[in-house]
Amino acid sequence: MSLDIPSELEAEIDERITHYPVSKRSAVLPVLHHLQHHFGYIGEEAVEWTAAKLGLEPIKVLEVVTFYPGFRQEAPGKYHIRVCRTLSCAMAGSYELMESICEKTGIDRSGVNHHHPIAVSPDGKYSIEFAECLASCGFGPVCMVNDDFHESVADADALLKQYP
Amino acid sequence: MSEPTKTDLVDVQIDGVWHQFPKGTRLIEACRQVGVEVPHYCYHPKLTSPGNCRMCLVETGMPPRPMPGAEPPQPDESGHLPISWIPRPVIACANTVAPNMGVRTTGPITEGCRQGVMELLLANHPLDCPICDQAGECTLQEYSVEHGKGESRFRENKVKKPKNVDVGPRVRLDDERCIMCSRCIRFTDEIADDPVLGFTDRGSHTVLAVYPGRELANNYSLNTVDICPVGALTSNDFRFQMRVWFMRETQTIDTNCATGCNITVFSRQNRIYRIVPRQNNDVNSDWMPDSHRLNFHWIDSEARLTDPMVKVDGVHRPATWNEALSVAAERLASLSGSEIAVIASARMTNEELFMTSRLVKLLGAGHVETVPRQGEADGYLVSADRNPNTNGVRLVLGLENPGSTLDRVKSGIEQGRIKALIVLQENLVEDAGFPPELLGKLDFLLATYPLANPTTGLADIVLPGACWAEKSGTMLNVTGRLQRLNKAVDGPGQTREPWEIVRDLVHALGGGNGIYSVTEVFKQLAAEVPEFKGLSWGQIGDLGLPLIETGETIPALEREKERIAAGIIVG
Amino acid sequence: MSGITYQRGREPHPKEHRVVFRNVDRVGWDTGIDTFLKEGGYEQLKKALGMERSAIIEEVKKAGLRGRGGAGFPCGVKWTFIPPGNTKPVYLICNADESEPGTFKDRYILHQDPHQLLEGMIIACFAVGAKLAYIYIREEFPEAAQIVEKAIAEAHAKGFLGKDILGSGFDLEIYVHRGAGAYICGEETGLIESLEGKRPYPRIKPPYFPAAMGLYLCPTIVNNVETLCHVKHILEMGGEAWAQTGTKNNTGTRILCVSGDVKKPGYFEVEVGKVTMGEVINDMCGGLKDGRKLKAVIPGGSSAKVLRADETFTVGRGDDARQLTIWDIPMDFDTMAACGSMAGSGGVIVIDDSRSISWVLNNLNNFYAHESCGQCTPCREGSLWMKKITDRVVAGKASPTDIDTLYGVAKNIDGRTICAFGEACSWPTESFVEKFRDELVADTKPELEGALVSAEPLTAAAGLR
Repeated sequence: MSLDIPSELEAEIDERITHYPVSKRSAVLPVLHHLQHHFGYIGEEAVEWTAAKLGLEPIKVLEVVTFYPGFRQEAPGKYHIRVCRTLSCAMAGSYELMESICEKTGIDRSGVNHHHPIAVSPDGKYSIEFAECLASCGFGPVCMVNDDFHESVADADALLKQYP
Repeated sequence: MSEPTKTDLVDVQIDGVWHQFPKGTRLIEACRQVGVEVPHYCYHPKLTSPGNCRMCLVETGMPPRPMPGAEPPQPDESGHLPISWIPRPVIACANTVAPNMGVRTTGPITEGCRQGVMELLLANHPLDCPICDQAGECTLQEYSVEHGKGESRFRENKVKKPKNVDVGPRVRLDDERCIMCSRCIRFTDEIADDPVLGFTDRGSHTVLAVYPGRELANNYSLNTVDICPVGALTSNDFRFQMRVWFMRETQTIDTNCATGCNITVFSRQNRIYRIVPRQNNDVNSDWMPDSHRLNFHWIDSEARLTDPMVKVDGVHRPATWNEALSVAAERLASLSGSEIAVIASARMTNEELFMTSRLVKLLGAGHVETVPRQGEADGYLVSADRNPNTNGVRLVLGLENPGSTLDRVKSGIEQGRIKALIVLQENLVEDAGFPPELLGKLDFLLATYPLANPTTGLADIVLPGACWAEKSGTMLNVTGRLQRLNKAVDGPGQTREPWEIVRDLVHALGGGNGIYSVTEVFKQLAAEVPEFKGLSWGQIGDLGLPLIETGETIPALEREKERIAAGIIVG
Repeated sequence: MSGITYQRGREPHPKEHRVVFRNVDRVGWDTGIDTFLKEGGYEQLKKALGMERSAIIEEVKKAGLRGRGGAGFPCGVKWTFIPPGNTKPVYLICNADESEPGTFKDRYILHQDPHQLLEGMIIACFAVGAKLAYIYIREEFPEAAQIVEKAIAEAHAKGFLGKDILGSGFDLEIYVHRGAGAYICGEETGLIESLEGKRPYPRIKPPYFPAAMGLYLCPTIVNNVETLCHVKHILEMGGEAWAQTGTKNNTGTRILCVSGDVKKPGYFEVEVGKVTMGEVINDMCGGLKDGRKLKAVIPGGSSAKVLRADETFTVGRGDDARQLTIWDIPMDFDTMAACGSMAGSGGVIVIDDSRSISWVLNNLNNFYAHESCGQCTPCREGSLWMKKITDRVVAGKASPTDIDTLYGVAKNIDGRTICAFGEACSWPTESFVEKFRDELVADTKPELEGALVSAEPLTAAAGLR
């Protein structure tokens, strides 16, 4: 399976690369962001495409992909939820929020571990993972749904209703 | 580069003793220079210094900085200022000497760091030394004994990582043993220009990896095994073959090309188990090509010649050396010199070539030549000249352009002008394009070689000649450096070193000699060949010495020099 | 703040002194450049472009502006570390990777007042001679990245960026670079490696001091968002006048972020050292929750050493020596350091008596184990080890000796790593064990001494409340 990159996407990526006139390698993160935004996650083909685009060995791209939790190597649900796990949010109830969302979406997190941080609902609509500090500690618990940010999330139902 | 002047030197106190070092000297090298070893894993003088292992942390100090208005510190009788010791340790690998600096490689701070780092390195280590090839030469083991606490407080489940991973055709990885020093990654990135290794995942879960479907296959891959300080990377070839402490080490040189990489041969009971590069900054730095390193298994081959043989009625029969040599002498004596050609080998040592020149003179042989071996240079350490001693042939045998006249030998045989051929340590059929039918025209063919081959198959006299690992002597590499080859193992059966064979043949032909050792050959050589004048065997040493200017350079070394000059590496 | 109205419920507290956060939550304010220009936007840039570069640096030095990212290093001094006679390109990077748990200030600048940052940044670039600059924004601020990119385009269109800025002959491009969820990218050399497209492994210093050998091994200045915003105000007020706010050696205003067990957590811009911990907790944040008592405060982001509620702190020397309770501590860099902690990034986490100390420490240890980059031995091996021990403490599977081991592991990290993450991850454990040993030991079981046990994976809300 090879990667189908729409020409507009590639044009955007090419423009991004120009932001790094000294070293194309600097564009690894932005290229991966574009690919993840388009495909939902970074698969093997995306790694290889990025490597070829920037003239790198694929391992040098994989090194980066596997380092950053912001890059997913597994397909998420239609709505990917990141619940802040760190102290202030935990004190404000983020573990309970996580449990509540999982319960309501039928997500089973028993298989989650360091290498597979994401759990997906049976219908594939929602996926969830814990994130470390999302930097809104005064207004916990906070979470992100795709690129949307939500603070003081008291009610999982109300949150999920926005993402049908 | 000029000698450092007085002003380029700084006074540094190491463990209470003052020394002087050039500015810019790394602390770890300063300590090494005065005989103080600072333990380390990630630091390697030929690679960049990431400072990641933290094993070389040492306590340092500088002269006290007085508060404004306070009395400045006064120097002692030796002229040194007092040292104010700093509680925060620094890495000796990347910090450089400074005037009036103090370094403590002992004491609670330094020792506490070492103990701490050792405990942490071993926390998730599998501690599988009994089944690990690295055991016996593992710095994790060594430093654990020297600097560890002897017990661990770690009571948790260890992190599980991939084991027995094929990272390439010759290298195998155990990620649980890896201490993430990154030496192998830096080697492949910086030296081999084949950046196929990397770290994936992060934190305590970090693993060394190759990209799925790619492999560490370059011709320098096994150097990663050498520089791996632990048993994470092991050699498929050597894996589980022999415990390192059972083996004998012989310092010698590689003979697969004209570079003459310095090597150490590891053997036990006359069998070679592995070869590793030996540091020589004028030849091979710390590295060697895999192709050369692994080209030793044929030494144990079934095809090895073990006895002299004389062809009687078309059939080779084993003979004693005396029998074989007297038959040879008799046959040769019946011919005139112009009918005899000698084909020697540029794989022979200077001493062997010197004895060959004696033989040529004694016989008045009409032709002497060697077999050329041209390949492609790899731009690193592999020379285009795959003979190790072409420069020796030039000097000792006096051939201006070795290997250029083989066609004349062929036509001489063809035309019947050459009736006898003495082939020393070469396989003319397979390596020099002599058709068997052509050799069949000869009246007499004598061949020495370690292995039975099509040429020896045609020979009237076959003599088992020791291979490179079974003999001693000197060779002259591509840059004109004279280096010593040292015998690592005995040849099988009645194998003799080629210089002995030629000596004995000269003797059988009535030439007098009183040579009983290779060092005596060298002495005579030094007396007769001008370039060697005044040299003694001992002077050559383990690292050799520059003898002649050839104008040739070794690409890997040139790049190393640039990196040293740019301050990227220590060198 | 006369003439400015703020959204209801988001009004600044009377004890605040808003400079950088002047426009945060302001009614009628938006991120567009026209709004910004109406309020005197980019006027300081115009002024700066007419000044000598050294004069700008001098003003920042006079102001005594200390970095707001965590280390509190004097910003003007940092700028002068670029080697004299440097011929390489100079880069400036704005560190907008806000990730220190407890800290949430840059978020509002990026989302609500991007031009303030850009103006400060362009002035800073002009001062240090940078012609290419990046804003490294954490991945979890996708909207901020868009807002800042739009602001950059607007500034470009108005001639505040690009070639020959306002006819000064000064060229500058600023680009947004998005991170990907790694706390270590807040460390400036880790950030630089990340910007080079590599794993963000912090570099050793020496030799890689960013001001001399930073991005692409060229001189590079890395400053926090809040710090760069202040540059604009320093130019506006003049360094000396700016230094009149705050206290000596702790000048200016800074944004405190308060979270945890208070009635009204939030962000407060105050003059440095002019408000006390007591005022922050009791006045600005409405005090502790009803019926609760203060147990501890982490005063400067999660890496700062914890302060125990009933401690007495001795600060000052000789005749100036005085005793402070936790309530009396003025919120400034030096006093907080004298109290054995740090003002850090200004993130104050308040912990009341309903919390299990083991649980709090374990939460932090989880964070640091997850965020350790794994490059150097002590932190790579030690951060996960500490997490595993506190996992067991929380799960009731630890023995009292494990607390000693925990402390020993932290001590084996502290001061021995490549970057400050070593301290960041060991200080919580060190300080929690030093100050709450009894409570931690109370969660252990003496009968487990020497037993080989390991914790189950931490259950969702184990130990919570």
